Amino acid sequence: MTTTAADLTSPAKNRAMALPSARRLLLWTGLAVLIAWVLVPIYLVALGAFGGRLGVFRWPKSIWPSDLSFAAMSQFLAIEGVFNALLNSLIAAGLTVVFSIALGAPAGYALARYTFRGQNAYRLLVLLTRAFPLAILALPLTVSFIRLGLYDTPFGVSLIHTVLALPFAALVTQSLFMGIPREYEEAAWVFGCTRFQAFIKVILPLALPGLAATAIFAFVISWNEVFAASILTVRERTLTAYLLRILAESPLHYRFAGGFILIIPSVLFIFAVRRYLFAVWGIASK
Amino acid sequence: MADIVIDRVVKEFGSFRALQEVSLTVNDGEFVALLGPSGCGKTTLLRIIAGLETQTSGRVVIGGQDVSDLAPRKRGLAMVFQNYAVFPHMTVFENVAFGLRMQKASQADVKRKVERAAALLHIESYLDRYPAKLSGGQRQRVAVARALAVEPAVLLMDEPLSNLDALLRLEMRTELKAVLREAGTTTIYVTHDQTEAMGLADRIAVMYGGKIDQIGSPLEIYATPATRFVGGFIGSPPMNFIKVACSGGTARIGEAALPCPMAGKDLELGLRGEDAALSPNGSGIPFDVRVVEPMGSHLLLTGAIDGQLARIVAPPTAKVNAGERVGLNVDPSRVTWIDGSTGRAIARA
Repeated sequence: MTTTAADLTSPAKNRAMALPSARRLLLWTGLAVLIAWVLVPIYLVALGAFGGRLGVFRWPKSIWPSDLSFAAMSQFLAIEGVFNALLNSLIAAGLTVVFSIALGAPAGYALARYTFRGQNAYRLLVLLTRAFPLAILALPLTVSFIRLGLYDTPFGVSLIHTVLALPFAALVTQSLFMGIPREYEEAAWVFGCTRFQAFIKVILPLALPGLAATAIFAFVISWNEVFAASILTVRERTLTAYLLRILAESPLHYRFAGGFILIIPSVLFIFAVRRYLFAVWGIASK
Repeated sequence: MADIVIDRVVKEFGSFRALQEVSLTVNDGEFVALLGPSGCGKTTLLRIIAGLETQTSGRVVIGGQDVSDLAPRKRGLAMVFQNYAVFPHMTVFENVAFGLRMQKASQADVKRKVERAAALLHIESYLDRYPAKLSGGQRQRVAVARALAVEPAVLLMDEPLSNLDALLRLEMRTELKAVLREAGTTTIYVTHDQTEAMGLADRIAVMYGGKIDQIGSPLEIYATPATRFVGGFIGSPPMNFIKVACSGGTARIGEAALPCPMAGKDLELGLRGEDAALSPNGSGIPFDVRVVEPMGSHLLLTGAIDGQLARIVAPPTAKVNAGERVGLNVDPSRVTWIDGSTGRAIARA
């Protein structure tokens, strides 16, 4: 009786002991692939941007740039309008973040905390705004924007980008607020807070990581969006729209420089709020 | 300090009546436990007193002031929540100070009162820590300290010990009683744990099905339950209910006779397991023992009286075997008679 039990358990034990290392290998392989998936293209773009005119065409590519130069980058930044477009992009993305949070978070809070008639319909309706292809709306939008004086302004672009980011903001903040126990708020009310004070003092600090994540996505949506930005602007282009126009006729290393500049702000922004992101995903970061 | 008057409070959720005309008066400085099974409306009642829920009709008066329509912050009370609701983004100090800061107390005042509350609950050593670094018992203490720091007129507690393990619960219960006695705060305490209610409360309000079945001191409720439910809910083992026939003022079970009230046809004998003594010679109420469980402090006998399930507590040294028939002596003054048709106890003569 005892021997059979021992026979049965020992292979199982061996397998149990073998598993973690195999699993760890799998984990690290997966991580390496994921990191490479993101970093290699960025690195290649950087290589193109800083490797000089000849570096772009050199083959096989050297892993380390042989002649590091900022020439392409500085020349690119010196192109007329690039700096202005960069500024427009930042303004549009910044406004998009502000509008999406300011409009989306209260909607998310209402969806999370209150039950009201038509709640599910509302939730669906929020998503439905994404159902209309922008291409169809482009012409009427352009006309209305010209009439309203919003045409060719970063503010106008940010309005459209807010429309794109808002459903996301409302639904993400909804689940965010649902994740914060109602008791925290109730405790705040009992201990002397008005509803608004309770939100500011208790809910907001706890929601901040999630709001930061929402802000990132709104920022990235606006930063990367090119179609609406190209249609709704002529002179005050955002960087993506501007680059789309000028880079088609530029030398290759300028295009890399442009591409690299497009990447930087998103990376910086994510880097700036990473602490909150990690907190939201339950990874401790010190 | 304040008394609380709950005046015919009704709460409806849609068509469901969670509370049906509940009235309750809690005296100044008194500790009242709302005891009942889950879904009996005890938490709803507490939340209505706190102002976190709005009553459908009725009034709540605290310290002579009608607070029925006031926001929670204007009711002058503090609350301890079931999951503590200790704010995770504030240190223990700031948590305890929260109510005082909202009252715009001076810095010196805040420090003094927080330190006093912390000393009372023995949490001085981790005032600068964050709640994430605390154990459940420590968080519990923080929650109580936060409530006591504001020196509330009324303290509400919603199953504050239910998330602690058994040993810690016993320890906190004892400590809570000492702390609250010292503070002298009017307290309403919601629990489904009868030992908590019995141990802590001056009076217990037993709730069932959205109404209060009985209010009384722990001993009153234990010895003279007002309804069949109260008798069955309180006590371990619960009260035994034996259907008996009563004729001419005497109920006969086997050879034993007990004087019984004349009222009602379906009469039930309510008998506490420890109010029956094994008779030395087998006389008295016949009890067929099926299972004997030695519990250490006593023997728990499960069996049948007149074919109906009963649990009897016997001394640990008693010699009883399963399958045996023993006799029980019962003191007629210690039994409760229940009118089977209404489920209510028949008033004692």
